[in-house]
Amino acid sequence: MLSIEAIVRPERVSEVAHALEEVGCKGFYYVNVTGQGQQRGVEVFVGRGGQMARRSAVPKTLIRAVVVDSMKDKAIAAIIAAARSEGAGEIGDGKIFVSPVLDAVRVRTGETGDAAV
Amino acid sequence: MNTGDTAWLLAASALVLFMTPGLAFFCGGLVRGRNAVSTIMYSFITMAVVSVVWVLWGYSLAFAPGGDFIGDLSQFALAGIAIDATWGTTGIPTLLFVTFQMMFAIITPALITGALVERFKFTTYIVFLVLWITFVYAPIAHWVWADTGWLFKMGVLDFAGGTVVHINAAVAALVGAMIIGKRHYPGLEPHNVPYVMLGAGVLWFGWFGFNGGSALAANGLAVSAFLSTNTAAAAGALAWGVLSQMRNGRMSAVGVATGAVAGLVAITPASGFVGIIGAIIIGIGAGAIGYFGVLLRPKLGLDDSLDVFAVHGLGGIWGALATGIFAMTAIGKVPGLLEGNPGQLGIQFVGVIATVLYSGIVSAIIFKVVDVIPGLGLRPSHSDEAQGLDITAHGERAYVQDGAD
Repeated sequence: MLSIEAIVRPERVSEVAHALEEVGCKGFYYVNVTGQGQQRGVEVFVGRGGQMARRSAVPKTLIRAVVVDSMKDKAIAAIIAAARSEGAGEIGDGKIFVSPVLDAVRVRTGETGDAAV
Repeated sequence: MNTGDTAWLLAASALVLFMTPGLAFFCGGLVRGRNAVSTIMYSFITMAVVSVVWVLWGYSLAFAPGGDFIGDLSQFALAGIAIDATWGTTGIPTLLFVTFQMMFAIITPALITGALVERFKFTTYIVFLVLWITFVYAPIAHWVWADTGWLFKMGVLDFAGGTVVHINAAVAALVGAMIIGKRHYPGLEPHNVPYVMLGAGVLWFGWFGFNGGSALAANGLAVSAFLSTNTAAAAGALAWGVLSQMRNGRMSAVGVATGAVAGLVAITPASGFVGIIGAIIIGIGAGAIGYFGVLLRPKLGLDDSLDVFAVHGLGGIWGALATGIFAMTAIGKVPGLLEGNPGQLGIQFVGVIATVLYSGIVSAIIFKVVDVIPGLGLRPSHSDEAQGLDITAHGERAYVQDGAD
């Protein structure tokens, strides 16, 4: 089992969710986050419109899905297709992290491993 | 008794009361999210504490005859004020004047808290409030507005409280910020800009009662004050917004809201004396002075956290002096500098200096006194400040995740 964490543009989250469902990945969750990448954050006003300061506050959405190993490439391809800006993509389209998951348990039945994903 | 005047002043009193929760949200949006309840609560508790102090002895100290400097306790608990007695030469009941003035006494110390947010011990603030209304607000209100007060007799013009409310509160805020010291964890970015805009909108709305009501009648002067109030707010908002756009390439919403408040502060003493051109100049001046005041403040190493002095102090002083410049005989029966009466500007200056000195010195003494009273003290512990005063002073949070009960 693998954990796929994708940081994407917030306005793309519906497309990404739809694409994951299309390839058979039905379970995932997402949460709105702020941070920074190559853009080095954003400029915001501090001090009543007089001064600006840089903050790590680029709005993004983090989508996380746990999938069986064989789903990895399909899921990643689906996320990329849905999240990349038109053409060659743009800085800020996001990033995908893949990491191993030790086990999974379905709360209702107690099933474990791939059967629980 | 004039029923029309009475009806307007009842409504105006309610409008002025509504400014305090407006201020609460204005300040509440500017601080960190973990101090939002605390910041709003400073203002809200002021409505409770000062209301009681005012009807017991605050009003009497401010408006009972007394002498040049302060009233007396002859009207303790409003003793001897008949239900149908009218105030001075006005057509409103004296009890309504008590009520209208109470709302001013409430918002004034609430303004001070803007300089002290995120680090002022709440229980100490309650004691501070009682002392400050008694020893600072009541005397200055007496000087300026009671017919036995020395500044009133000298002819200082303060239509709705530029000296009594704004300069007074701002100077107390400044000395309070100096004595209490800086925040350990200053949050510079407002945590909720919509709260700031909501609060500024409520303040703008309530200010019609503040200034329009200060005519103490439903007449042409009230209408003139209402209109110049709105005009100065608009001019202040535009001035601040344009400066923000020119210097940073974007128009800050918080800046525009603050500019409106600065315009409202500055027109407060002038609203019953100046015409519409005067109101526009006063508003623009307040926006520009406040804008550069806010920029200057961090360079002074002073943590007047929400810039009470830049907006209410500098704006209030500008408004008090501008009243002496732009006063028109046709509106308030008193000529200003532009109508050939330079002496008025000098009288205004005396009013400003007296307020600054008295409020600065006596407020500083009160802060020092509550600091050394056992069980009080000015600041919560370092760890309480770090965790945020919402949890540590009130046991409540502004933002609770759904399901986390």
